[in-house]
Amino acid sequence: MSIVGKSEIRVDAYDKATGRTKYYEDRMPPDALYVRIRHSEIAHGIVRSVDTTEAEKIKGVVKVLTCFDAPEIDFPTAGHPWSMDPEHQDVADRRLLNTHVRYYGDDVAVVIAEDEVAAMQGVRAIKVEYDPLPFVLDPQKAMEDGAPQLHEAYEHNILKHTSIRKGDYENAIRESGLIRVEGWYETPTVQHCHIENHGCFAYEENGRITVVSSTQIPHIVRRVVGQAIGRPWADVQIIKPYIGGGFGNKQDALYEPLCAWCSTQVGGRPVRIDCSREETFVSNRVRHAIRFHITSWIRKDGSMAARKVDLFSNQGAYASHGHSIVAKAMGSFPQLYPCDNMECDAYTVYTNLPAAGAMRGYGMPQASFANDSNIEECAHAIGMDPVEYRNRYIMPQGFEDGFSKNVNYYDSHRECLEKGKELIDYDRKVREFANDKGPIRRGIGCASFWYNTAVWPIALETSSNRMLLNLDGTVTMQCGETEIGQGADTAFSQMAAEAIGLKSYRDVHVVSCQDTDVTPTGLGAYASRQTYVAGFSIRQTAELLKQKIFAYANKLTRQSVDNMEVRDGNVVRKSDGKVLISLSELAMTAQYNQQDSEHITAESTFTIKNNAYSFGCTFAEVEVDIPMCKVTVKNIVNVHDCGNLINPALAEAQVHGGMSMAIGYGLSEQLLFDPKTGRPLNNNLLDYKLSTVLDHPDLEAAFIENPEPTSVFGTKALGEPPACSGAPAIRNAIYNATGVALYKLPMNPHNLFAAFTEAGLIRDPWQEG
Amino acid sequence: MSQYKLIRCTINGKEVERMIDVRASLTDLLRNDFHLTSVKKGCEVGECGACNVLIDGECYNSCIYLAAWADGKNIRTLESLTGPNGELSDIQQAFLEEAAIQCGFCTPGFIMTAVEILETGKLYTRDELRKLLSGHLCRCTGYENILNAVEKTMKRRLGMPTE
Amino acid sequence: MYDLKALYEATSVQNAVELRLEHPEAQIIAGGSDVLVQMREGKRAGKELISIYGLDELRGVTIDADENIRIGSLTSFSHITRDPIIQKYINVLGEAVDMVGGPQIRNIGTIGGNTCNGVTSADSASTLHAWEAIVELTGKNGVRRLPIKDFYIKAGQVDIRVEDGEIQTAILIPKASYENTFGHYIKYAMRNAMDIATLGCSVNVRLSPDKKTIERARIAYGVAGPVPMRAESAEAAANGAPSTREVIERFGLAVLNDIHPRDSWRASKAFRQHIAVEMAKRCLLESIRLAGGEIE
Repeated sequence: MSIVGKSEIRVDAYDKATGRTKYYEDRMPPDALYVRIRHSEIAHGIVRSVDTTEAEKIKGVVKVLTCFDAPEIDFPTAGHPWSMDPEHQDVADRRLLNTHVRYYGDDVAVVIAEDEVAAMQGVRAIKVEYDPLPFVLDPQKAMEDGAPQLHEAYEHNILKHTSIRKGDYENAIRESGLIRVEGWYETPTVQHCHIENHGCFAYEENGRITVVSSTQIPHIVRRVVGQAIGRPWADVQIIKPYIGGGFGNKQDALYEPLCAWCSTQVGGRPVRIDCSREETFVSNRVRHAIRFHITSWIRKDGSMAARKVDLFSNQGAYASHGHSIVAKAMGSFPQLYPCDNMECDAYTVYTNLPAAGAMRGYGMPQASFANDSNIEECAHAIGMDPVEYRNRYIMPQGFEDGFSKNVNYYDSHRECLEKGKELIDYDRKVREFANDKGPIRRGIGCASFWYNTAVWPIALETSSNRMLLNLDGTVTMQCGETEIGQGADTAFSQMAAEAIGLKSYRDVHVVSCQDTDVTPTGLGAYASRQTYVAGFSIRQTAELLKQKIFAYANKLTRQSVDNMEVRDGNVVRKSDGKVLISLSELAMTAQYNQQDSEHITAESTFTIKNNAYSFGCTFAEVEVDIPMCKVTVKNIVNVHDCGNLINPALAEAQVHGGMSMAIGYGLSEQLLFDPKTGRPLNNNLLDYKLSTVLDHPDLEAAFIENPEPTSVFGTKALGEPPACSGAPAIRNAIYNATGVALYKLPMNPHNLFAAFTEAGLIRDPWQEG
Repeated sequence: MSQYKLIRCTINGKEVERMIDVRASLTDLLRNDFHLTSVKKGCEVGECGACNVLIDGECYNSCIYLAAWADGKNIRTLESLTGPNGELSDIQQAFLEEAAIQCGFCTPGFIMTAVEILETGKLYTRDELRKLLSGHLCRCTGYENILNAVEKTMKRRLGMPTE
Repeated sequence: MYDLKALYEATSVQNAVELRLEHPEAQIIAGGSDVLVQMREGKRAGKELISIYGLDELRGVTIDADENIRIGSLTSFSHITRDPIIQKYINVLGEAVDMVGGPQIRNIGTIGGNTCNGVTSADSASTLHAWEAIVELTGKNGVRRLPIKDFYIKAGQVDIRVEDGEIQTAILIPKASYENTFGHYIKYAMRNAMDIATLGCSVNVRLSPDKKTIERARIAYGVAGPVPMRAESAEAAANGAPSTREVIERFGLAVLNDIHPRDSWRASKAFRQHIAVEMAKRCLLESIRLAGGEIE
């Protein structure tokens, strides 16, 4: 392979570096009307009335629509492939506007106006009267008898409960001499914080409705818009231009359905919904806060005799991706540190908070924090070095998961741990830091993870691709898989150039924009799947394209198609490498041949019936200023085995981004709500502590490239994995530095103050007198 | 009653005159009147840096800068860096080469701050560069390659080795 | 697009005073990094604005005839930090305002705006309190000067007489305050840029000629109460005392008699009290070091 595996410059880099890349707002029709949303100011209640009189008087206001005008259609929003089995379809619990408001920020009414200011004034002028209901923010409290009920069909607010039973837990814990290592581990509500807020615009044309949206999943959004507004799915066209990041938030139908409906209410005129940052935090999606209770029973040698894990996932007000996330989190436990006797129970529970959906890692950053914290304590309990403990008890080589059929072919976990140790200079630092006894102490820690690639066998895995041979011998390619900033288009270009036999990845023109009217159907950017799944359809379509090329070349050259291949953009004779015809000449001839004209194209769909384990770990070195309750990450290294790298430089860059997200998850990020009202407290980029460039050390990414046997190009998941193990590695480093085990993210000064005070590391000056 | 003001300013080297609505931000003016779409909106309250532009040589978040204040000012956006035949400036090229671009939404703002840094002609340490770039948020890159791109361009301009 | 009712742009200080008298309901806007944000939030929506941003006469740092350091109210944070007079006599102020937000905010944000909005977390405020700055206001009756501690009335409210058409025109640091004095500021925040202070602590000292005695120590906090404040019993504990570890410890603990932070979602009272002590000690230690003193 000569094109795949190279650090090529992104295909979209030039446009992005010059500012000409068009995001949804840069394509806005100048006559688009502004839609602004009136959100509820209570956490739970019934809308008694909405008085729109004053709003309608404002100059420039075109229309005010309320929850009493919206269609009574319940629809799902999760960016999952449709399932033909009603049992597997996403929960439909959402309305365009709500008379029953279920969180502070729910959508009650909209103002459609000619300008932004009139729309904002209109929203403020609407008078809403509510009958408030009691609300609940904590999932375990929401499960109690008598708790406020959010959705009638779900008793005790339990959206779903699933379990894992393996061996005989109750019997296994009777073994004598077992050490019990137990803890509650708590992860916070956080948000994706892509720098481009979600937004979209919609208009009607020829009786159909078009929505241009900042989304990761255009084809899925088409279906949801159709469902939500009660129109045939084919009536809806979704166009996805470049987007300014998504990280899972845009793996949901957000405001596309409402936007489409608003357009239909003003005669199909173009209307725009531009989420503010404040809305993005609250009225889009968040990452599930999950609380874990882990009880591990280990023998004196550290081996795991039995393990019990309870997981309580805070779903917020609407189902969105629902139970899938905590189910994935739960499913990680029996695989990462295998144990013969396990009892796991996962609950997804509605509460009066913003709806939780997909976010980079899909349950795994939460599980990784809980699991690798508990494992660290297991190592401590028997006095074993934590890396050594992992080396002994982590998923071994040859491990196969019964459900996904994934296999750890190469002993990747241990290879990653060894490389991480070496890069951070683990042994020396552990020895050196043990001497730190003062107010400022250093520590080092690690954590491991595995990740799936794609969603098979839980859901459909399909990839479609279309290739057109251009007259200059280049190829135009359309994929169902979307570019959301991660570099997908570049990787696809490299793979296609390789599969066809073109000279350069620049000879493949990926149509970056998906338009559901013309782009082959695909599912979109999620589950770290795209490079893996697109590989199958790219290779298959390239083969089809080459067959057509060879067939035409055969007519022109009389050479056997079996003795042809494409090399550097030419059709060559395999046996002696002689150039028979260039692709350009062939394409020109085929196109303009008056007797036998052909535009050479190929299109195909590949159904993927595979999944693949991706592996890795993080090593973090911290300095803890105990009196100031502050942690500084001094060094951090991620090691990944994601198979072969298609583009090493982009892979590394993607890992940096995930590490940054993990540092924020570990140390500073948390979306806060007033316990008395459910009101969001810090839904802006000043008060929500996303890491700045001054909050990291240099980030180091390293790779072990064990080719994935099931993958066309030997590659597998890398999009989400970098965000998984950073927070627990930092947590374990703090533990190493101070001897204080932390149980709650983020490990910000507030939580450190409480933990250090409890541990006696901080003196109370009042007590000292 | 709407209120308007006639402003004259220089935008990307060109003297222009516009009647503006006094309610407009500089972001509104640059995007809507001049179609300078490199000026991005990420928060509209000066927290993310996506709308950053140079005004008389200093960086400002144009979202919290009144268009009315642009009168008499020299304003530069990312569009000003690209040559007449599409040639990239050194700092843009460095962003390409260092893989400092992902979704691209924070990129224009970062590059314009880099321009301000580079135009001082000074040598900064990596930590100083971090501070100078700290008015921009990025969720894709972890800032690592952005720092690399700025640092390398700074060193190249100062005739220093970059490795 | 901002929801503002009207914009009046002042052409001179005199004109600003006139505009203020003419439109008493209007809000003064300097750099706008607070006012515009609040307007967008809806808090000041629909208001009239008087812009003084164009008044270059209010920019710059000078030494006046009485040897006061005079900082024009519209001087931006970044210009204060880079100013040679500031660097020479009161570098800590330049350092403190260099911790406001990020670089772009420091280019637009002004010291006048930072003080006039009356918030306790303003990064300039604790240092200005600790250095006993004088606020200069100009109105229809001419110039009025008052100590900064009297300028702050309560959270979000400062002593500017709208009925007299007053605007803040300068901040002065008297010679007696800055002469032979060295200070240090610590901003405690949840991240290292783009943040507001959880607590700000500014300390300065003047040492005896032999550098062994603290002749004068001053300390002020932001966010330790509704407005920026001095910690007087801490100052009393250090004034005239030898510059020793013990005195630093005593100084730190004494601040608890002075400050009264509150519980909020941003931080608990107990946490703020705890770090207030630690910050006081670290600031004093560093100030003594900057003044040429040594702690055994």
